[in-house]
Amino acid sequence: MWNYSETVMDHYRNPRNAGSIENADAIGEAGSLSCGDMLKLYLKVDDKGIITDAKFQTFGCGSAVASSSMLTEMIIGKHIDEARKITNKQIAEALGGLPPEKMHCSVMGHEALEAAIANYYHEEIKPNNDEETVCNCFDISKSFLINEIKNNKLKTLADVMNYTKAGGACGKCQSKIKAILDEINNASLNQEPLTKTQMIIKINNVIEKYISPELRKDGGDIELIDVEDNKIKVKLTGRCQSCNRSQITLTHFVEAALKQHIDENLEIIQV
Amino acid sequence: MTNSNLIYLDNNATTKVDEQVLEVMLPYFSKYYGNPSSIYEFGGFNSKVIKEARESIKDFFGAKSSKEIFFTASGSESANMAIRGVLEADKSKNHIITTKVEHPCVLNLYKQLEKEGYSVTYIGVNSDGEINIDEIYDAVNEKTALVSCMYANNETGIIFPVKEIAQKVKSKNKNTKVYVDAVQAAGKIKIDVSNSEIDMMGISGHKFHAPKGIGALYVKSSILLSPLIIGGHQENGKRAGTENVPSIVGIAKAANLAQEALEYENTKVKALRDKLENGILSKIYNARLNSSPYNRVPNTTNIGFEYIEGELILLNLNDLGICASSGSACTSGSLDPSHVLKAMGVPFTALHGSIRFSLSRFTTEEEINYTIEKMPRVINKLTALSPFQKELKELKERKGII
Repeated sequence: MWNYSETVMDHYRNPRNAGSIENADAIGEAGSLSCGDMLKLYLKVDDKGIITDAKFQTFGCGSAVASSSMLTEMIIGKHIDEARKITNKQIAEALGGLPPEKMHCSVMGHEALEAAIANYYHEEIKPNNDEETVCNCFDISKSFLINEIKNNKLKTLADVMNYTKAGGACGKCQSKIKAILDEINNASLNQEPLTKTQMIIKINNVIEKYISPELRKDGGDIELIDVEDNKIKVKLTGRCQSCNRSQITLTHFVEAALKQHIDENLEIIQV
Repeated sequence: MTNSNLIYLDNNATTKVDEQVLEVMLPYFSKYYGNPSSIYEFGGFNSKVIKEARESIKDFFGAKSSKEIFFTASGSESANMAIRGVLEADKSKNHIITTKVEHPCVLNLYKQLEKEGYSVTYIGVNSDGEINIDEIYDAVNEKTALVSCMYANNETGIIFPVKEIAQKVKSKNKNTKVYVDAVQAAGKIKIDVSNSEIDMMGISGHKFHAPKGIGALYVKSSILLSPLIIGGHQENGKRAGTENVPSIVGIAKAANLAQEALEYENTKVKALRDKLENGILSKIYNARLNSSPYNRVPNTTNIGFEYIEGELILLNLNDLGICASSGSACTSGSLDPSHVLKAMGVPFTALHGSIRFSLSRFTTEEEINYTIEKMPRVINKLTALSPFQKELKELKERKGII
């Protein structure tokens, strides 16, 4: 059983604005039958650009219907350019959150909205032939993936599957997705390398918050001595100094905590 | 969550513990709690109890000797113990044959064994969900260590001709072992290893009104099996660990009751299943039966609702107190819909909207009537939400409904 919020349950039980609009000013679609979910969004827009009515038809699970229903409530009364700023995250938040595995439902809502607005402005939706399809099962392009990874700060393959479904069926494209993830996440690391001062502050914060409290329970503590690139020099103090298990503490606890909270590539040296 | 108004039509997932089963189990928790391995009477008494239970399970399988029966903790454990056990005992062969529609507890084990160097042939099914024995026969070679096939499929209820399969396999390679996963057959049809060349067969108690956490495995006396769990001498040294006495008593009682209820299952339960199935298929134009109507266990039906999605159907049924299950991707959290329905080539218009109803001897006619009454309303509500109105209209016209 999914842990759906009350709002999600209310919306799939009593969907708002379900149906279609004849003579709609804009129609947007996302998803497909074979993928297991699809959303068709109809908009009525007045001459000032205000969305006066929105209706949806959804093939999909409870959270897909809830996302569609919530989306229509969020955009009715808004100027079309305002509506364009709505993100999938805002849809999910308005629903009181979605289970991680269901985030792709909010992404689908956002996609259909984008498509409808593009349709309104008669913008060509790029069936770009050069566009590389990464996931064939769900027909997901590389540029779409890059966008979702950046906008939602996705870190892992599981994140990508939860938000976009890519890689979730046959799994053949998973290595491609990992490569894209690495590319984006390494780039963001390389863009902003921490200065030495920033690094020292960050390390001390982790020590204060996660490491020292544990060591103090056993009458020990730890001091940061120096930082050289990725080499972190520390000194165990108090009872840790004389403890014959200090090396284990250092690698299994201190190093693990620093790596988890700061950077996988850190090296811890005891001085 | 109370169950006063619950209509439980998901008995292939699990079943309620029969009150009579619970009753015979209760004394073995805090009254007769002795360890069956102990020398004094208070413990040793329980080894007699287990012996009697083993006799019951022996009869349930139609086995020759109670020495061929091992108690496990689940259907998954039975499968792992049997499959790994025979492969470990004879490492001279590295080929395995199974079907594409096995339960994940078996399929994932084969995926693991592939990583360990075994080659596995997966046999498909036709659109009715049936298997072609010749395909299995053709795949057997001198390197085939094991053929494994389920007795009945959990999603469609289709029964596989396991005795015939075993015979065919042995006629080509007498050294190939045959494992049958009978988890979904036990309690629904007579599972029978007598006069057959089946070497091993596994069952799970909670599928036939015993508690969860108890299973059993039949292993023909001529089969050499390496133990999976090593430790004490319990289960003839094949499965260490102090025996779960209350559950062993429970599964034996449940097996006896299931045996007695077989006729009821195959007449009354079957009639209710057919009533439900016909009721839904006749009242709902975008419903289709996903398997052959023949050759099924009597309690199961799998129906696809075109152009709507299964999880949404289940959620709406849940609001009415009806429990069923779906092969839809969304329900499980995986993104891929049921491997069984995919192997059958169920069209994707119905694949995501497939619902399995599975009854038990506790299902009543009122419950079935209620479900038949409510289903059209639920499906109509969701069909109205579907973006595929044009396709639905065409479907309606094709079926001659204006």
